[in-house]
Amino acid sequence: MPENILSEHAQAEIDRWIAKYPPEQKRSALLAALREVQHENHGYLTVESMDAVAAYLDLPPIAVYEVASFYSMLETEPVGRHSVSVCTNISCLLRGAEEIVEHVEKKLGVKTGETTLDGRIFLKREEECLAACCGAPMMMVDHKYHEDLTPEKIDEILENLA
Amino acid sequence: MSDQQQLVTIEIDGIPLQAERGAPLIDVADAAGITIPRFCYHKKLSVAANCRMCLVEVERVPKPLPACSTPVNDGMRVHTRSPMVLAAQKAVMEFLLINHPLDCPICDQGGECELQDVSMAFGGDVSRFRERKRVVRNKNLGPLVATDMTRCIHCTRCVRFGEEIAGERELGLIGRGENAEIGTFIEKTLTSELSGNIIDLCPVGALTSKPFRYLARTWEIQQFPGVAPHDAVGSNIYIHVKGDRVMRVVPRENEAVNEVWISDRDRFSYQGLYSEDRLQAPMIKQEGRWQSVDWETALIAAAAGLQHVVQNDGPDAIGALASPSATLEEFYLLQKVARGLGCHNVDHRLLAQDFRDQAHAPLFPWLGQSLAELGKADVILLVGSNCRKEQPLINHRIRQAVRRGARIFVLNPIDYPFNYPLTKRLIANPKEMITHLAGIAKALNPKDPSAEAIGIPPNASPKEVEREIAEALRTGARCVILLGDIATAHPQAAHLRTLSAYIADHSESTLGTLTMGTNGAGAWIAGALPHRKAAGQNLETPGLDADTMIAQGRKGYVLLGVEPEIDCANSHLAAEAMINAEFVVSLTAYRTRPMEDYADILLPIALFAENTGTFVNAAGSWQSFASAVTPPGETRPAWKILRVLANLLDLNGFDYMDATQIRDELQVLVQNADSPEKKDRWRPEKLGEKVAEKTNDKQQLTRIGDMPIHAVDPLVRRAASLQKTPDAGEGVIRINSKLAGLLGIWEGESASAVQDGIEKTLPVVIDERVPDQCAWLPAGIPSSMGLGLRFGSIEISR
Ligand code: SF4
Ligand code: FES
Ligand code: FES
Repeated sequence: MPENILSEHAQAEIDRWIAKYPPEQKRSALLAALREVQHENHGYLTVESMDAVAAYLDLPPIAVYEVASFYSMLETEPVGRHSVSVCTNISCLLRGAEEIVEHVEKKLGVKTGETTLDGRIFLKREEECLAACCGAPMMMVDHKYHEDLTPEKIDEILENLA
Repeated sequence: MSDQQQLVTIEIDGIPLQAERGAPLIDVADAAGITIPRFCYHKKLSVAANCRMCLVEVERVPKPLPACSTPVNDGMRVHTRSPMVLAAQKAVMEFLLINHPLDCPICDQGGECELQDVSMAFGGDVSRFRERKRVVRNKNLGPLVATDMTRCIHCTRCVRFGEEIAGERELGLIGRGENAEIGTFIEKTLTSELSGNIIDLCPVGALTSKPFRYLARTWEIQQFPGVAPHDAVGSNIYIHVKGDRVMRVVPRENEAVNEVWISDRDRFSYQGLYSEDRLQAPMIKQEGRWQSVDWETALIAAAAGLQHVVQNDGPDAIGALASPSATLEEFYLLQKVARGLGCHNVDHRLLAQDFRDQAHAPLFPWLGQSLAELGKADVILLVGSNCRKEQPLINHRIRQAVRRGARIFVLNPIDYPFNYPLTKRLIANPKEMITHLAGIAKALNPKDPSAEAIGIPPNASPKEVEREIAEALRTGARCVILLGDIATAHPQAAHLRTLSAYIADHSESTLGTLTMGTNGAGAWIAGALPHRKAAGQNLETPGLDADTMIAQGRKGYVLLGVEPEIDCANSHLAAEAMINAEFVVSLTAYRTRPMEDYADILLPIALFAENTGTFVNAAGSWQSFASAVTPPGETRPAWKILRVLANLLDLNGFDYMDATQIRDELQVLVQNADSPEKKDRWRPEKLGEKVAEKTNDKQQLTRIGDMPIHAVDPLVRRAASLQKTPDAGEGVIRINSKLAGLLGIWEGESASAVQDGIEKTLPVVIDERVPDQCAWLPAGIPSSMGLGLRFGSIEISR
């Protein structure tokens, strides 16, 4: 049975979310479920784990794949330990986001969408406005915002990642 | 609802129209013949309003509105060709074509593409877009549907179809924004038995028919109406012909029958017309060698052979077996020829074993209601039916009922997957199916003294689920009990029918039968039965039923579209009966190995698209069709063959000019007949004892030998693409883990299956959907050919 691969903790967490919605709308817990499962699995979702979530929430697997592939905070391929995303939306763009991306790519030796060979850092392909325009240009590293970026600041942040 | 339904007056392009308040504007325009272009809207699917092609101008609304999602309101004034609308249509079209390839000449949809048509009518003349177009990788969806995903415009019709009609969501919209793609995410063959409908739904060339791919252009094609030849629905179809060859089959809309859908079986089975083993000319076996001969020689020999049997052993030495998918006209002539010879051994009920109640049968077993009525039932009890695969579009009606809130119960020997939730399921050994029905009957009427007479044990104590089903049937407003193929093929089918009839009587439910083959109902009407002549006239001394004809053996056989070793209830006995017969004449479309061994004369017959005739569907409608293509070689329609044969046998009354005359003659008989009430149903009957099958008492295992969806008749068995789908039966023995443990067999190992002393060694799959003491080994597939009864005892060992 596929649901067995969900950890007890993940199941408890999903149950907590299911309880917030009417019983016939279990699918509302899907985003929370995927976030939790991804968190427990090195930052990405396997097909097996998505199938397990589908079975747990009584959804056709494709409905889970759709959601997982739609949201940029959900990954469906193995990724590095840390995730870095540089905002390139309008405010950041006007404040030099393109150079920031270029610098990060050079520094890490990977293109956006790739993970460094040592599996340390995943440079996400795209993130739209993260609502930190007043601190543009900005990037997000593992859920943490870094604003008013300069190349020096970036080097320091990236070097400090384990 | 109805009290809120009031008419409003609106105006479209200056034309005043009456419409129901709240109806979608696009429907109102369609009904009035006013064209509004659209891609995502489809009248049988939910409204997505994502393509924006249907924009119209509504007075006093500043922006254009999508007609598909705008309800009409009193006094609304709509313009579909105003400058605002024309500009909007042009802009939407340009937007849709940004990423769509402009290479219609190499696209398989070219010539029947909604995008192409709408672009011609409403789009601009030149593309201003010079940037690169996006490219989307094609998906492998299996043997039926080809993809060209770069052409997809994301209308999501295919996705909504999966969710809303097929009841199984397999396709989805993966990714987001400019990366959005239609697909399955993981590579997956579509498993829905209705999957081919997405080919018709897709407005562009993204989803097309794989078997038809690049074989013809629409403008080279001629379209002929037809009736699909595989199930009890008789879906209306169009046969598309190029150069006298069937190129493909598509649905023909008929709201009362198939709405706008057809099953994959009906859509792709035409491939079987062009199978290599198609018989091209009449053949005679002379001293063990097969020779092609002309029709005259063949028919004279056939008449002589039959007369020879009659002279030596009497007319009773002949047996006539017809496929339940033959036409009404063919059934009628076959029985007329046999009866002309004095022989009543005629039957089409090839897979049945229990005929005890045949004298009490209605004129013909039928659904008991129209298909639309079935879609409105509140409670349905399915008895012995893998409905989804047996009768895809009847199952679709049941699903419609479920969407309206119906509760569905099943009593089956296998826990088949359904595409709607089942309220409760009773999965039982075929023998216990009787006990369960008796339990339901008992729960309905615990104190009925007459119950014992129809086989309800007086001390039966209904189980919880049985009570629940009884209660649901008793309290529901529109309840239906449906007897499926497995119930009909069941060794105690008459008992199942009687109990079901009793339950129907005591719960005021409608009792329906899912009729055999395409024309099971027609076979009854035409008299392809041992105990009744055409139009239901009972015979005092009935002939032999199909099972007895096989079990006791006949000297001579006439076969009509039958491969007895596959189509009969007992494959082994059927083959043996044929081999032991002195004379077998087979009216067949195919020349097969077994037939070469046992037959003496092979007469090539026309198949559905080549034939003219009538099918009567489960709802009792007579649907006639004419031939769309010429049959291959010397092949003739069976009704013509039977007509000439009758004349050679010096029988009277066979001077038909065409098939219509045959049908008309039968129709008059039906109208004048003092036959069992026309659309009556089975009633609870006191049954005689059924002679039990001899069982080997060492091991009491029961075989569950159902027919896979694509094995039901000779035509579909030869449809190459369908045989590559997951629905083609698998040659494996399925047993549950309990039995596997008892027998010491592991998954993947081979085991031997023995019936009637015939042994087959096949791989074993452990499957918990199989009840205890049963082995699931489908019939109709090569691996199980030659074994015994489909629902008989079987020995399994390592
Ligand atoms: S594949 Fe066809 S039906 Fe499906 S979304 Fe694309 S265009 Fe629409
Ligand atoms: S544009 Fe970058 S945070 Fe808003
Ligand atoms: S048809 Fe109305 S938006 Fe697509």
